[in-house]
Amino acid sequence: MKKQHDTQARPGFITLLRSYFIRHIQVFFYSLGQLSRAPISTLMTCMVIGIALALPAGLYTLLKNAQQLSGDWESTAQVSVFLKKKVRAEQALKLKKDIQRWPNVISVHYISREQALKEFQALSGFGDALKALESNPLPSVLIVKPKLSSSNNEQTTQQLLNKLRNLKQTDKAQLDMKWVRRLYAIMNIVERGVLMLGLLLALAVLLVVGNTIRLAIQNRRKEIVVMKLIGGTDAFIRRPFLYTGFWYGLFGGIISWLLVSFTMLSISNPIEKLTTLYQNQFELNHMSLLTTLTLLMLSIFLGLVGSWFAVGRHLRDIEPQ
Amino acid sequence: MIRFVNASKRYSSGFDALQNVNFHMVPGEMAFLTGHSGAGKSSLLKLIALLERSSRGQVIVNNQNLSKVPRRRIPYFRRNIGIIFQDHQLLFDRTVYDNVALPLIIAGFSHRDIGKRVRAALDKVGLLGKEKKYPITLSGGEQQRVGIARAVVNKPPLILADEPTGNLDPELSAEIMDLFQDFSHVGVTVLVATHDIALISKLSHRLLTLKDGKLINDSQPAA
Repeated sequence: MKKQHDTQARPGFITLLRSYFIRHIQVFFYSLGQLSRAPISTLMTCMVIGIALALPAGLYTLLKNAQQLSGDWESTAQVSVFLKKKVRAEQALKLKKDIQRWPNVISVHYISREQALKEFQALSGFGDALKALESNPLPSVLIVKPKLSSSNNEQTTQQLLNKLRNLKQTDKAQLDMKWVRRLYAIMNIVERGVLMLGLLLALAVLLVVGNTIRLAIQNRRKEIVVMKLIGGTDAFIRRPFLYTGFWYGLFGGIISWLLVSFTMLSISNPIEKLTTLYQNQFELNHMSLLTTLTLLMLSIFLGLVGSWFAVGRHLRDIEPQ
Repeated sequence: MIRFVNASKRYSSGFDALQNVNFHMVPGEMAFLTGHSGAGKSSLLKLIALLERSSRGQVIVNNQNLSKVPRRRIPYFRRNIGIIFQDHQLLFDRTVYDNVALPLIIAGFSHRDIGKRVRAALDKVGLLGKEKKYPITLSGGEQQRVGIARAVVNKPPLILADEPTGNLDPELSAEIMDLFQDFSHVGVTVLVATHDIALISKLSHRLLTLKDGKLINDSQPAA
């Protein structure tokens, strides 16, 4: 009698919990198996996702490299202090020594009026014209290199600039960094652009996954009806489709990583050649581990969300008749 | 087990599929539901399985008032009903074993239990040894028996069958009916919708007759 009762009983809580996890693992692999049965269409969907994500991911990586490169340039920042003409050479040298003792100054280089003239004649191509002048029109210059910390560069250089400007010997002081600033401004715009592009393409991935899952739901309409008829909950029916979305996201993410890595690899040589021409040591940075993981996570997330939307929209429509 | 109290079903098109239906079936009872096509047999079964809800009146199944079962509880409610269809509703991309196991997987039985129960159910319908076959390779009668095995594998207290012998010859139909009688003998309530008068007349069971959505006859078997 006891035995009879046992076979009639519903599964206990522990059994249910265990079955639940086993079921998840089964569906995890089952959905992978389903995808592998149609390798071409699966690959095409994953390629679309991969390409859509590779574009912003690749641009982001390039942007990071550009930012790093311009960070190097920032260390070349210097302030040119043009001294008043009445300042004599000895006074200028004394001032140079004074400034050198300031806390946020690395070095000061003095260019006398004669030196400046010589340099100008040599470099400008106006040599003959300058000879016609009776007196040297150029002032003496102190080139001040600011000490840069990793943070707060802009503020400390600005303070230094103001201090130099306020010296009574100074005619004019200017920071030779305007072009770096402009580059920064441009890169900010590009960064926004990449972000917008990324958002749009993420939306595209959502739509691609959503549409693919929608088709999968329609193809398995009969199965869904049967499941509903014999007591399958929405969660049970939803699960394989969500895992399918997961796989699409994962494979799409891997493909986009491969695309970006391959592209970076293929352009790294020419870029190194280019930077050597500019006498600059620069090594192209590939995607970092963190960026790679973020890309994969994001891709999986998009796959899941896309399939979640599709399943939520279409599963309710399918009811047994 | 099943109680209809003034139950009516009107579709949004205005068609009255059922009007003021009253009847009661006790546990272990077996009954036939007959009537012409469109008389309301399918609608009545749909009300019991909560595929539709009654427009008026009460339907009480297994001591549950169906109008009070929320949508998200419907799957759990359906697990107590074995439903058998004329067109089997089998999944053709899965083996016989997987088809029959489906209700148990949904209910979360352990792997070992599933194997035991599936084999017991297939044994009951005489299909033991065909677990690995695909439904498409089976005959119509065998497919229907797979459907029956799937309906009873969960040991539900109630079995609904909608024209289960519609496509079968008389001999196979009789076999299927024998199966249903066996289930009712062990306490399962069985309601079979059919218009196979020849078959019904051979068996002495309660007969519910629908006409234009009204229950016009409720006759107990002549003892």
